[in-house]
Amino acid sequence: MKLVIAIIQPYKLEEVKEELYKADVNLITVSEVLGHGRQKGVTEVYRGAKENGNLLRKVRLEIAVNDDYLEPTIKAIIKGAKTEETGDGKIFVLDLKECVRIRTEERGNTAIG
Amino acid sequence: MNSGDTAWVLISAGLVLLMTPGLAFFYGGMVRRKNVLSVLMQCFIIMCVLTIQWVLVGYSLSFAPSEGFWGGLRWLGLRGVGFEPYADYAGTIPHQAFMVFQGMFAVITPALIIGAFAERMKFSAFLVFTLLWATFVYDPLCNWVWGMGGWLRNMGALDFAGGTVVHINAGIAALVTAIVLGKRTNLDKNVPTPHNMPFVVLGTALLWFGWFGFNAGSALAANGLAVNAFVVTHTAAAAAGLSWALIEWMRNGKPTIFGVCSGAVAGLVAITPAAGFVSVIPAIIIGLLVSVFCFIAVTVIKPLFGYDDSLDAFGVHCVGGIWGALATGLFASKLVNPAGADGAFFGNPKQFLVQLLTVGVTIVYTGVVTLVIYKAVDLFIGVRVDEKSEVMGLDLTQHRERAYTVLE
Repeated sequence: MKLVIAIIQPYKLEEVKEELYKADVNLITVSEVLGHGRQKGVTEVYRGAKENGNLLRKVRLEIAVNDDYLEPTIKAIIKGAKTEETGDGKIFVLDLKECVRIRTEERGNTAIG
Repeated sequence: MNSGDTAWVLISAGLVLLMTPGLAFFYGGMVRRKNVLSVLMQCFIIMCVLTIQWVLVGYSLSFAPSEGFWGGLRWLGLRGVGFEPYADYAGTIPHQAFMVFQGMFAVITPALIIGAFAERMKFSAFLVFTLLWATFVYDPLCNWVWGMGGWLRNMGALDFAGGTVVHINAGIAALVTAIVLGKRTNLDKNVPTPHNMPFVVLGTALLWFGWFGFNAGSALAANGLAVNAFVVTHTAAAAAGLSWALIEWMRNGKPTIFGVCSGAVAGLVAITPAAGFVSVIPAIIIGLLVSVFCFIAVTVIKPLFGYDDSLDAFGVHCVGGIWGALATGLFASKLVNPAGADGAFFGNPKQFLVQLLTVGVTIVYTGVVTLVIYKAVDLFIGVRVDEKSEVMGLDLTQHRERAYTVLE
């Protein structure tokens, strides 16, 4: 099981969600974050007005997936978010030790999807 | 000259001005977060641009004695508009007091249309469109209904504070706009929700408060007629707010604050042409019914025909205005205003027909000229933002500004 964390441009969220749904990934958590990359937020005044400390608004997705869904998920996120300009974002993949569905107390691979 | 009347009209002018920022928040709370500044900006820039247009040419075109199509330019730059009363319009207040009071109406009317093209109109195109619309739609229509020698005025059309000139006018322009501009992208996948309902409520409060100036101020005197307008305005708003809440309660299971606010505004719209001609019981009826009509317009007719009138400028202002104008033709009574007329329910069915004609003329004239202006602006500037800008939001792309910070 893996946890995929993706930082993307806020205005790309709808497209990324569409691509994820097409890849049959339907469980997702979305939060609003601030961040910047190597440019320290300098080049991005058009796509995102600067916050304090040169931080720009981003959106973070967290998606828990079974191992066979990992590549499709990564590909879907890239397809929805990529614009070939700086600020497109990053994807992190973490090993996920356990996953529990609270309602039914299922664990493991059945709880993930 | 009467100091009480003058004081009241000046205060009313201030109240009506307050309605434009009120409208800005009313609409601003309804749009998505990424577009709130664009709505506020559009309202405030209208306050700036149309004020100047009004004192330079607008007042003359609208209220100088009619030369047929409009008032002409005899009062260009307020030449000839001084501080003695101009008896044809208001015998007890300085002429400029009347002028500045009317100017606030000219400011808020185009601001109403913002509700139709919110979240997708280019700022530059919006500026040009608004200026042209004010000059070629609002000013002539104002002259016809309210100007000395205006042909609708001469026919006996009753419009106390702007049911046709303001609400039907802007409402039809809104419908044309919504159709010409097309729907917002991804509307079905990304159903827009109001991002700040407290703003909508605050805006409604400012509108309701300001409307006392809009309607009661239109008596142009601090007298019994102004009191009548005040009382029926307040009552109609209250009845309509309650009505919308009840409709929602019955149809959707729960009454919402958005519904009460929409209802109150609809009630205020509907009573606007009638405020100086009807008494309090008709006001209640007008208020109770306007919410029914507007509710249907917004929840049934809009989805049925599929136009994207984003913030229901047509559904509330046009439909509400039409009902108000026709209701004036039903409930007007000379007992309330001897200078007015009796309506159909008071033995004069002809008034209803006059109102109907006025409504029809407004719809046709405004609809056609608004469309022409749009096509012209679209040809030279392009009215709609490109899709990427629309998704990113107008605040960032049109104004390079952001309304809310995240950390500090």
